[in-house]
Amino acid sequence: MLDSITFYFFAGVAVLSAALMVTRHNAVHSAVLLVTTLLATAGIFLQLRAEFIFITQIILYVGGIMVLFIFVIMLVRLDVALHHIRFRLQRWVALFVALALGVEITVVFLFARRLPGQGLLIQEPAPADKLPPNTEELARSLFSSYLLPFEIASVLLLVAMVGAVVMAKKRIDQ
Amino acid sequence: MTLPPSLEAILTFLQNWWVEIVCGVVIVAVVPLIAGYVVLVERKLMADMQARLGPMRVGPHGLLQPIADALKLLIKEDLIPDNADKLIFWLAPVISMVAAMTSMGAIAFGPTFQVARDINIGILFVIGVSSLGLLGIILGGWASNSHYSIIGAIRSTAQLVSYETAAGLAIVGALLLAGTLRIRAIVDAQQQLGVWFIFLTPVAFFIYLVASIAETNRAPFDLPEAESELVAGYMTEYSGFRWALYFLGEYANMIVVGSVATTLFLGGWLRPFPNVHWLDWLDFLPPLIIAAVGVYCVYRAGKQPAEIQIWFMWAVALTCFAVAVIFAVPLFVTSLKFILPGLHGAFWFLLKVSGYIYLFMWLRFTLPRYRFDQLMHLGWYILIPLAIVNVLAIGVAMILESEFSWNRWFAALLTSLFTLGVAAFLVNLYDKRTAAASAPATAAARDPYAG
Amino acid sequence: MGNALQQEDTTKKNSTLLGADELVINMGPQHPSTHGVLRVKLKLDGERVRATECVIGYLHRGVEKIAEHRTYQQFAPYVDRMDYVAAVSNGLGYCETVEKLLSVEAPPRARVIRTILTELQRIASHLVWLGTHALDIGALTPLFYCFREREEILKIFEKYCGARLTTHAFRIGGLQYEAYDGFEKDVERFCKNFERRIQDYVDLLTGNSIWIGRTRNVGVLSAADCIALGASGPVLRASGVKWDLRKAQPYAAYEQYQFDIPTGTNGDTYDRYMVRMEEMRQSRLICLQAIEKIPEGPILGKVGKVLKPAAGEVYHSIEAPKGILGYYIVSDGTTQPYRVRIRPPSFVNLQALDKMVRGHLVADVVAIIGTLDIVLGEVDR
Repeated sequence: MLDSITFYFFAGVAVLSAALMVTRHNAVHSAVLLVTTLLATAGIFLQLRAEFIFITQIILYVGGIMVLFIFVIMLVRLDVALHHIRFRLQRWVALFVALALGVEITVVFLFARRLPGQGLLIQEPAPADKLPPNTEELARSLFSSYLLPFEIASVLLLVAMVGAVVMAKKRIDQ
Repeated sequence: MTLPPSLEAILTFLQNWWVEIVCGVVIVAVVPLIAGYVVLVERKLMADMQARLGPMRVGPHGLLQPIADALKLLIKEDLIPDNADKLIFWLAPVISMVAAMTSMGAIAFGPTFQVARDINIGILFVIGVSSLGLLGIILGGWASNSHYSIIGAIRSTAQLVSYETAAGLAIVGALLLAGTLRIRAIVDAQQQLGVWFIFLTPVAFFIYLVASIAETNRAPFDLPEAESELVAGYMTEYSGFRWALYFLGEYANMIVVGSVATTLFLGGWLRPFPNVHWLDWLDFLPPLIIAAVGVYCVYRAGKQPAEIQIWFMWAVALTCFAVAVIFAVPLFVTSLKFILPGLHGAFWFLLKVSGYIYLFMWLRFTLPRYRFDQLMHLGWYILIPLAIVNVLAIGVAMILESEFSWNRWFAALLTSLFTLGVAAFLVNLYDKRTAAASAPATAAARDPYAG
Repeated sequence: MGNALQQEDTTKKNSTLLGADELVINMGPQHPSTHGVLRVKLKLDGERVRATECVIGYLHRGVEKIAEHRTYQQFAPYVDRMDYVAAVSNGLGYCETVEKLLSVEAPPRARVIRTILTELQRIASHLVWLGTHALDIGALTPLFYCFREREEILKIFEKYCGARLTTHAFRIGGLQYEAYDGFEKDVERFCKNFERRIQDYVDLLTGNSIWIGRTRNVGVLSAADCIALGASGPVLRASGVKWDLRKAQPYAAYEQYQFDIPTGTNGDTYDRYMVRMEEMRQSRLICLQAIEKIPEGPILGKVGKVLKPAAGEVYHSIEAPKGILGYYIVSDGTTQPYRVRIRPPSFVNLQALDKMVRGHLVADVVAIIGTLDIVLGEVDR
């Protein structure tokens, strides 16, 4: 029961701030509302007993990616950049995509109830201390069964970082 | 009368969690006051190291100074710069403060005082949430609508981000020894091993010390805040209580960082030598220390010039004695022994955090400031490689101990020496680099009478 | 130390915040670290300083013009207000110049007491420099220690002539006041304590790697540049040129005493720091030697009440704590000088700022201004 309350709270905050985010005129306001959305999503993770994902969402998404977003928004004069955008069909494209997405989601919900064993409502999630600890389980599978994807992802990140540094340096030298 | 299920769920929740909620309320209520008094302690300490007295007028020995400062800041005019974004301007200091206080929720100030009751990801929670304070800094700098504030905020953020990496890697070193992220389990691991982790991995402690000084923007890493540059940093346009919020956030951050260091490296709430039973008389130290403070107050009471100051010193002394009695009673009365770990644990914890913060202050008054490029160089070129090497070294030490049955101390010593060797190498490189890059510009032979 | 209050000047920047090709930033005139009302316009290229322009004159009081309408004795107190940190030196220079104009010599006792007071003033001036320079670089504590030592010197001045800062200690032809009872004892006690205090400063700063990192190779001025720009004092000596007027053209009682002239090698901020620290030690030695034997005798030479020097001109310079302080007096035979031109060391040294700052970061500008040890009262007069 308490789970439902917390879920509805976080979900409500997430939906509300996402709705506000796409309707703001000020880019920094949108960024701050995106932070709120991400924090609410992290709250949902916490409510689902996935603490490690919760904190990783905060550290990486909010603490890393959103900081980067805000830097870029601050340092690039958006009103200058926006003048260059002259795509007039944006509203129609957006409407079409939203409709398509809505139809997809409705279809998924309808079918989910029909498939056997799927879409069951979990009445009482297991208490936190009975579950195997998040971090250890994640680490165990990450470093044994998923080691290769993990390494590949690390190398990819490294390449991206080195590439960014090289590109930035070139611009300074130019 | 059956309550609706939602209300019943909330009541059950309150029943199970009321201790933690009280802890949370205590933190929110007490931390701003404590932060204010930490500022006073810093001013008094600074004065003492600079051969002067510090605040003396407001209240006896300046003890009401934080109250006076808080009142003054509250009644100041609320200035918002022209064309500043009002919402973000209001929000930024709030984010800073809230991030610092929320991260205190996971810190265990004693074996029983923890808001997030033994959360699975303890230390990670503290670090992650306290890093949200970054947002407060950037948004504050941006919202001030001043070219210099933005530059100061970017500088501050760059510094924080660089040293967060180093701090995190240093923490990983200690976490390897503990084997878990849960805060109580970390301190229990130190109890079982019988040794504080600082003795097993001193290099990690030192890296964390330096990184945490940079994290909290304290000297010698306070260039983004100091007035020597052309800007006063992201806090320039903030005045009155907004500035106070930033400041309180900074001092709350200091407490958080000190608590993390204490939990990981200094044994948390354990007394020195927790496992050595013939040293059990050390359990009497907390009341003895407090009583000693009281005795000192009595001794100084006679030397005060004014009568009210004599009264005041006596009042402080009597309070100290009363507190010492409260600490001592459970040691003798068996039925009250159950509150011993919580009470004494909290005392030891706060003592260690105070020592750590004292070290911060001491370094602030002694050392000059690093220039920004020197600061970044120290973080990226020296601390982060050193922290990585340290993690490897600790891993090696642990394997040596478990697989090859080496003596734990010997393995720790060997790997620490190796890491120190790497540190010496990196510092040597740094010296060579600065000496070579800025060799004195030998001006071309210039006719002295030509200019 | 509060927030910097500066007026934003012309900031030419592009449409993006980054990528600004040239930024002109204004430092001062009201700024905690420019040691007075000095305005420095910095042309920045990103972080590096490309050029500077000093705008001075905020403290111009027309001292030299005032001199034309005062008698020689009446003008003496004005001289203290130029380099207000080292008033005694200013007075020494002026009195000796007028004595040269009058062809009068101060008696030996006066000369020795003048030397002692001037050397104490040198120590006091260097202490102010050290405290404020360290504060600019971020070390909060040396300021208070330096001012504690300076307090002792100012107490000696107060006992001697009644004033601490603008002393007007000397008169034309010698001294007005006798050394008070206990003067030698006070100076000796100060000098005995001072050695230990200098060691305190050395412990705090000299070996500190942060200090070295902030001052080594910062603001380098080569010997040739110094001579070309006319820099003098510790700035010149730190670049390796061993030139000190106390040895080169001795005045007052300096020939009687043994002391060294410290020099540096690189001409950077660290060398100037070391040179000034050593100068404080040498001044202390001079004082100790002087108080051992203060000759007896009169303190005022043969000068009348009304001073009417013969028409003519004279130039005399002394080694003030900040550099060479020169006075050029033209007399037209009346009781008031026709022209008094003062050659202040800070004014000439400040012109070296542009050369020293180029290529450094903005954070170094404050350190370099500090290391030049300028006093705006002297620069602007």
